[in-house]
Amino acid sequence: MLAELREQLQAGSAEEYLCKLFEKIEKSKLNGFTTLARESAILEAREFDRSPGHGLLAGVPIAIKECISTKGIQTCCSSRILQGYIPPYNAHVVERLKAEGAIIMGKTNMDEFAMGSSTETSCFGPTKNPWDLRAVPGGSSGGSAAVVAGGEAPCALGSDTGGSVRCPASFCGIVGLKPTYGLVSRYGLVSYANSLEQIGPLTHTVEDTALLMQIMAGHDGRDTTSAKGKCDYLPIKEDAAGLKIGIPKEYFGEGVNKDVEKAVWDAIHTLESLGATWQEVSLPHTKHALAAYYVIAMSEASSNLARFDGLRYGLRVGEDKDWHTTFSEIRAKGFGPEVKRRILLGTYALSAGYYGRYYLKALKVRTLIKEDFLRAFKDVDLVAGPTMPIPAFKIGERINDPLSLYLADVFTVPINLAGVPAISVPCGFAGHLPVGLQLIGKHFDEATVLQAAQAFEAATPFHEKKPEVV
Amino acid sequence: MDDVIIGLEIHVQLNKLHSKMFCGCSTAYHDSEPNTHTCPICLGLPGSLPVLNRKAVESGIKVGLALNCTIEEETLFYRKNYYYPDLPKGFQISQYDFPLATKGHIMILGDDGAERDIRINRAHMEEDPGRLVHAGTIDKAKYTMVDYNRCGMPLLEVVTEPDLCSPKEARVFLDKLKSILEYLDVFDGSLEGSMRVDANISLRGGDRTEVKNISGFKGVEKALSYEITRQKNMQRRNIKVVQETRHFDEIRNITVSIRSKVGAHDYRYFPECDLVPMRIASWVPAIKAALPELPDSKRERFVKEYCLADDHAKSLTSEIKVANFYEAVAAKASAKLAAVWIADVLKGELNYRDLGIESFREEHMAEIVNMLEACKITEDGAVEIIRTLLDKKCGSPAEIVVSKGLGKAEDDAVQKAVREAVAENAAAVADYRAGSERSLNFIVGQVMKKTRGKADPGEVHKLVKAEVEKI
Repeated sequence: MLAELREQLQAGSAEEYLCKLFEKIEKSKLNGFTTLARESAILEAREFDRSPGHGLLAGVPIAIKECISTKGIQTCCSSRILQGYIPPYNAHVVERLKAEGAIIMGKTNMDEFAMGSSTETSCFGPTKNPWDLRAVPGGSSGGSAAVVAGGEAPCALGSDTGGSVRCPASFCGIVGLKPTYGLVSRYGLVSYANSLEQIGPLTHTVEDTALLMQIMAGHDGRDTTSAKGKCDYLPIKEDAAGLKIGIPKEYFGEGVNKDVEKAVWDAIHTLESLGATWQEVSLPHTKHALAAYYVIAMSEASSNLARFDGLRYGLRVGEDKDWHTTFSEIRAKGFGPEVKRRILLGTYALSAGYYGRYYLKALKVRTLIKEDFLRAFKDVDLVAGPTMPIPAFKIGERINDPLSLYLADVFTVPINLAGVPAISVPCGFAGHLPVGLQLIGKHFDEATVLQAAQAFEAATPFHEKKPEVV
Repeated sequence: MDDVIIGLEIHVQLNKLHSKMFCGCSTAYHDSEPNTHTCPICLGLPGSLPVLNRKAVESGIKVGLALNCTIEEETLFYRKNYYYPDLPKGFQISQYDFPLATKGHIMILGDDGAERDIRINRAHMEEDPGRLVHAGTIDKAKYTMVDYNRCGMPLLEVVTEPDLCSPKEARVFLDKLKSILEYLDVFDGSLEGSMRVDANISLRGGDRTEVKNISGFKGVEKALSYEITRQKNMQRRNIKVVQETRHFDEIRNITVSIRSKVGAHDYRYFPECDLVPMRIASWVPAIKAALPELPDSKRERFVKEYCLADDHAKSLTSEIKVANFYEAVAAKASAKLAAVWIADVLKGELNYRDLGIESFREEHMAEIVNMLEACKITEDGAVEIIRTLLDKKCGSPAEIVVSKGLGKAEDDAVQKAVREAVAENAAAVADYRAGSERSLNFIVGQVMKKTRGKADPGEVHKLVKAEVEKI
C-alpha cells in the first residue's frame, strides 16, 4: 500500500493528499492525534511536490506516537507533567524516516507514559476505536492504531513494552510488529521500561510493516543495546510452505473469548492449507509472565520517570517553594493515577529488603520465560496464538479495575520478557470487532515472521476490511 | 592515637579524559559559562540514552591495577536512585555489585615511622552530578542555581578499609593516592573539585560517623581532627556517639549533623539496562603492560640507579613532574648532586613561593649543578641563582653569575689574597701559633673580604693554615 501511495504521490501531489488527511482529522471523532505538525508537514509536502525525492517513503506522511522524540514538535507522552516539552532533537527512527523522505504529520495519543492497554489514561482524553466509537482502540499505542485504521494516516509508529503495538493493532484490525529487542534503536524513545520496549510500525499491510522495518532497523551507536548486523526484509518471501508452527497450549482455553479462539484456529488452519504444519508446544512459565512483567516494568518505570521534576522542562505549578515541596507538588499534579500507581509499586519492589523478593525473582522468571521460547524454537519456526484474549472492550469498562486490564496483556508480555519479535495481523472478527493473530519468531528472525504473515494476508481478506463508522 | 579508626571514600574526577562518561561533551568546563557543556544525554532529556566512554573504563582499570586491585571479569552499571536538583535523571549511573576493581592495597608511611599497607575495598565508576550554586550561604540562600557543566564527568570512587589511624595518616594516604593518579596521567589535582572525600570515623568500641563531601586535603585533616575531638569529648562525658552523616563546615572548621541513620537513604540500586554488562577481563593484559612506573618502584630505582639516599629518592618521586624533572637534570649533570639540590633546595624554594616544578627549567638546574661540581660557584651563590630565576623569571644561570658577580674567585686570586692576608695580619698569626684557633678564622674572614665572598670558605681555611705553617 505504501509503495503504491509513493508512486501516486510521485505523479500527483503530496500537499493535496496531506490536506485531505488534515481535513479528515479535523472532522474526526477518534481523538487519535494530539498535536498536528500542520505547518512543517505542508511545507515539506510542497517541497516534495516541487522536487520529488526518491527515498523509500518520499512524500509519504506518517504519524508518530507521543513518546517518540520529534524535534520542534511537542513530545509529552500524553502526560500533564511533560506538557510544553518540545525536544531539541529527533529520535533515531524519526531521523531515518525523514532521511527516506517521510513527512511527520503529527503525534498520536497513548496511555500516559505507555502505561495501559486502552489509551484511556491520556491527559488528552481517550482515543476511540474506529470500528466502534464506544470501544477502546487498545493501547498504549491506541492513537497510532486508530488513525491508521480510520484512514487518517497511511502508517504510524508505536512503541511496545508489553504489547503496546500489537494490542491496538489487534483491536483496530491492522498490522503491528514488535521487533526483537535491540533491532531498532531506542534513542529518542521516552523510556517507560527500557529493558522491554521497542519501537514498532503500525500499518495496513505486512509489506508496509516490512518497508518501515527496512528503514528503521539497524545499528545505532547512540543505543548501547542496539544490535549489529544486516537487516533486509524486502521483498518478503510470500510462502508458508514447510513452515513449522508451534501452538502453545497455554495460549488457549480459560479466559480466551470463544470468537477470538475460533478466529485464531481458523487462521492456523489457513496457514496449514498454505503448506505449513503445526504442532502443540508448551510455554510452561506463561502463567508467571504477567507478575514478572509488571514487577520489572514498574521497577524500571519508577526510576525512568524520576527525571520529571519540572525543574528543567515540563509542568510548573503555582509558586516555587523549597526543592522538595516544589517537585513533590509538580509530580502530584503532573502524573495521573495509573502512573502514580506504577511508580509507587515499582519503588516498593526495588526497596531494600524487597529487591530480592520481587525484582530479582522477576528477573529469574524472565530467564525461564526466555528459555521456554528457546526450547519451543528448537522444534518450530514460529509460535502462533491470539494477540489479545478478547476483542476491544468498552471505554470506561475496565479503567477502574486495573487488575483486569493487566490480565488482558497475558499473551503479549511474555514476548517482551523473552525479547523475541512478534507481529499481530488481522485474522477475523468477534462480532463487529477485529481479532488479531499473533506470530512470534526467533530472536532477529523478523524475516520468517513477515513471511508467514504475508502468506496469511495474501490468502485472506481481513486486511482489506475497513471500518464503516468513520 | 591507635584508638582512632578511619576509612575514606574518595571521589576522583578522571579529568584528563576529553569527553564525559556517557556523552561526547567536553570535560574542559572549568572556565566556561554555566550550562554550556551540556547535551540531551548529560541533561537527561527524555529519550536520551547513555553511551559508555571506553577510555573512562580503561582509566578506571589503570587505577585499579595501580592500587593492586583485582579487576572483575565482567563489570556492570547500576542506577542509584535519589532526587536532587543537581541530578537531572533522578538517578546516578554508578556501580554496585561487580565494581570495576576490588581488594587492593597501597603502602604509606604510618605515624609510627613504619611503612604499612592500607587496604582498598573497591574502586568503582560513576558519573558526577551537576553543581549547585547557592545565592548566599546554604541555609539562608533565597534561591539556588544549577550548573550542569560538571554533570556526567567521569568519577572513580575509591573506598578504603578502616585502616587509617589518624588525620595525618589520612592525609599521607591521600597524598599517595594523588601521586599514583598523576603518575597514571588520569588526573589533574589542580582543578577545582577534582577530588572529594567522605570520611568514616570512630573511636574503638564506638559507633561511626560519616563526614561527607570534604574538598581539599587540608580540609580532610581538619574535619577528622575536629570529629575525633568531638567524639572523645562525648565519650568522656558518657554520651553515646550515634551513627550519622555530618557535614564539614569549612569556614567554622567544625562538623554538623545532617542526618541520622533513621533517615538514611534507600538508593534502590538496580542494574542500568541501557548499558550492557562489559567483559573487561580481556582488556587487562594490554593495560597492565602499558602501566607506567609507579612512585614506589621509581623510588627504588632512583636509590639503585643514581645511588640516592632513600629520603631524597622519596622526595623526588612523590610527584611525577618532579621525578621527570630530576631525571632530565640527572641526564645532563651529576645525578647525586642534582638530587640534593632539587630535593633539599629547589623544592623548598618552590614551596615557599607556592610554585610547581614547571616554574623552573631543567637546563637551568643542570647548569647550576654543573657549575657547582666544577667549583665555579659557591653553594650560597647557587641558592642566589635559584632565587633570582624564580623571582625575576628571566636570564640564565650564567648571566646571573656575571651580573651578580657570583663567580667563584680563580685560584690564583685566592692564593694571592691568602698571602696578603697572612702578611698583613702578623698579630693574628702570632696568636694562632700561641694556640688560638679563632685567630685563623679572622684571617680567613679577611681573605673572604678580599675575594668579595667568591672563594670557598673551607678551601680558604685550608690554604690559610698551610700558609701560616710555612712561616
